[in-house]
Amino acid sequence: MQKKVFQLLTNNTSGVLSRITGLFSRRGYNIESITAGVTSNPEYSRITIVTSGDDEILEQIEKQLAKLEDVRNIKELRPEESVYRELIMIKVRAAAEQRQSIIAVADIFRAKIVDVAPDSLIIELTGNQQKIDAFIGLLDGYDVLEQARTGIAGLGRGTEHIAYVEDTE
Amino acid sequence: MIGADAIIKCLEAEGVTTVFGYPGVAITPFYNSILDSHIRTILIRTEQNAAHAASGVSRLTGKPGVCAVTSGPGATNVITGIATAFADSIPLICITGQVNSELLGSDVFQEADITGAVESFVKYSYLVKDAAEIPRIFKEAFYIANSGRKGPVLIDIPIDVQNAPVTKFKYPEEVALRTYKPTVKGHAVQIKKVISELKKAKRPLICAGGGVLLSEAEGELRAFAERHRIPVVSTMMGIGVMPTDHPLYFRMVGNNGKAYANRAMNESDVLVMVGARVADRAVNQPDLITKDKVLIHMDVDPAEIGKNAGPTIPLVGDAKHIFGDLEKEDFTCSCEEWLETLNTYRRELKRRRSPNPDYVDPAEFIERLTDRMQEDSVYVADVGQNQIWSCGYAKVKERAKFLTSGGMGTMGYSIPAAMGAKIAAPERQVVAVCGDGSFQMSMMELATMRQHDVPVKIVVLKNNYLGMVRQYQHFTYKDNYSVVDLSGSPDLEKLASAYDLPFLRLENMDKCDEVIDAFLKDDASVLMECLIDPMDLV
Repeated sequence: MQKKVFQLLTNNTSGVLSRITGLFSRRGYNIESITAGVTSNPEYSRITIVTSGDDEILEQIEKQLAKLEDVRNIKELRPEESVYRELIMIKVRAAAEQRQSIIAVADIFRAKIVDVAPDSLIIELTGNQQKIDAFIGLLDGYDVLEQARTGIAGLGRGTEHIAYVEDTE
Repeated sequence: MIGADAIIKCLEAEGVTTVFGYPGVAITPFYNSILDSHIRTILIRTEQNAAHAASGVSRLTGKPGVCAVTSGPGATNVITGIATAFADSIPLICITGQVNSELLGSDVFQEADITGAVESFVKYSYLVKDAAEIPRIFKEAFYIANSGRKGPVLIDIPIDVQNAPVTKFKYPEEVALRTYKPTVKGHAVQIKKVISELKKAKRPLICAGGGVLLSEAEGELRAFAERHRIPVVSTMMGIGVMPTDHPLYFRMVGNNGKAYANRAMNESDVLVMVGARVADRAVNQPDLITKDKVLIHMDVDPAEIGKNAGPTIPLVGDAKHIFGDLEKEDFTCSCEEWLETLNTYRRELKRRRSPNPDYVDPAEFIERLTDRMQEDSVYVADVGQNQIWSCGYAKVKERAKFLTSGGMGTMGYSIPAAMGAKIAAPERQVVAVCGDGSFQMSMMELATMRQHDVPVKIVVLKNNYLGMVRQYQHFTYKDNYSVVDLSGSPDLEKLASAYDLPFLRLENMDKCDEVIDAFLKDDASVLMECLIDPMDLV
């Protein structure tokens, strides 16, 4: 099993996401995370999918995704040629005496405190998955109440591999 | 003009001549508007068969067949027909009426989320929310259905959209689909590689699937095979790619295929799979066709290449284009010795059947029937033992067609598909051959045949069992038969009389030719019953 990140440029119309997720469930493929959002051209969406499988499965995933009528372009975002980012929000129980030490950990990671309540904090952190996992690890000793992760979004580095510029044609 | 009128104009612009369907309130604007058109409407007796009949049209004309049904149960009933077409890559346009768009999602009477329900069986689907979009959507739908890897497209149209005013109608001349561009032309480098492998080949073989027929590349493939003396086998969906008696054609492969066809597959050193999925029934062990040989896999759908067997040379493209390009290459292939070997295998094949003389031998019957059928006739096989006998013994002539439901194996396909074929090509002789199980899944269509005067000829191979399953239970469960006995089936002679159809019965082989001649004599519907030994095996 290996992990791959695929980036898709798709029509920004209703039903596209369901066709993509339907394909994964129907054929028994894994989705580790999926993020979608409109591009600079509102007719398109960019979707980043993290998936895993053996070589044959990953090849099929790529081909089956490429085959979808709504998918204009698909490419693999290789780690060495790409930038990935994920956002996480964590709500931690923080009585007055714990607050400073939690903020200190957050500072080290350049995380932001986005909400302060009398007994809790919400911390927002953006980074690659290793950074986020490391941060979660450091909060192990605290009482994590809730967390939400977006899944990763990514882009290839440089201008070399841009297959379709998001212009309005 | 209203939305429904616009739909009819789109169908006319696409050259549609027949719509199969079953109305309900949600599709009544459409069926009202169609009265002003020359498009023929056929009231099918259950919606599943509307899709099968449209499939028959499609397979005769090379253009998408069209069916139109109502919302809710009308739409859900058509799903099996859509799935059948999808499995065999048959282009269809399925129009479904839908409840008022303001009520969508509120579970009102006869509402079904049909675009959601058919998601895994359509090539694409549309839910029309604005009548002004109708021309664009229909133009796209027909293009998507009949290009690249073909397949069914569903268009769901709420009743208020069908009734909405349309101020100006212009059917687009071109489709503008930025995200859908199928590759039809084979890559030149890959084509060179194919030629270089075929040059070296000692035992080359072409295995043709349904894709060859879908791209109408039979002529190109045959010319190529004849020029280089390369033998050809086919999958079930590829039957008809060459006439059965062509010296280079070694019939169907697979677990229900001919032993000599399978030997050819196993012993070939360069195997060209074209327009075939390498699915389990055709190629039981995909690893065997990659071992010790060069596998060249040509398909218009890149996702099929390498899905079941990793090829040495993948070649994405449409068979007609590919064989057109291959034809330009000059090379010689020396495989007379190989052909001699295959012919020996063919001669060595003993007919394993030992027919019971008290009954009709289905193999012999099908051989004699197809031998007497017209040159450009259409033979539609159903599903079950009858299908395997048909595939094994039907003689498909030069210009004849052989249709069946291969991928999905949908019982009841033959009668509605034969009706579609006959309507699309009224001058051709059309014969549906089914079992007594599959016949009873579509026998309500006898009324459709009568009402619309569609002179299809029907053979029922009657053995009083769901024979294919009975056979499986015979081998797998040591004759513990479970739910396969068809007792209670109607007297077919009385049934024919109820529908005012001529009836013929063949009880054994004594009068076989005589009865077949009577059956085929006129261009008229006939129901013919052949009594088959209930214990007969394929």
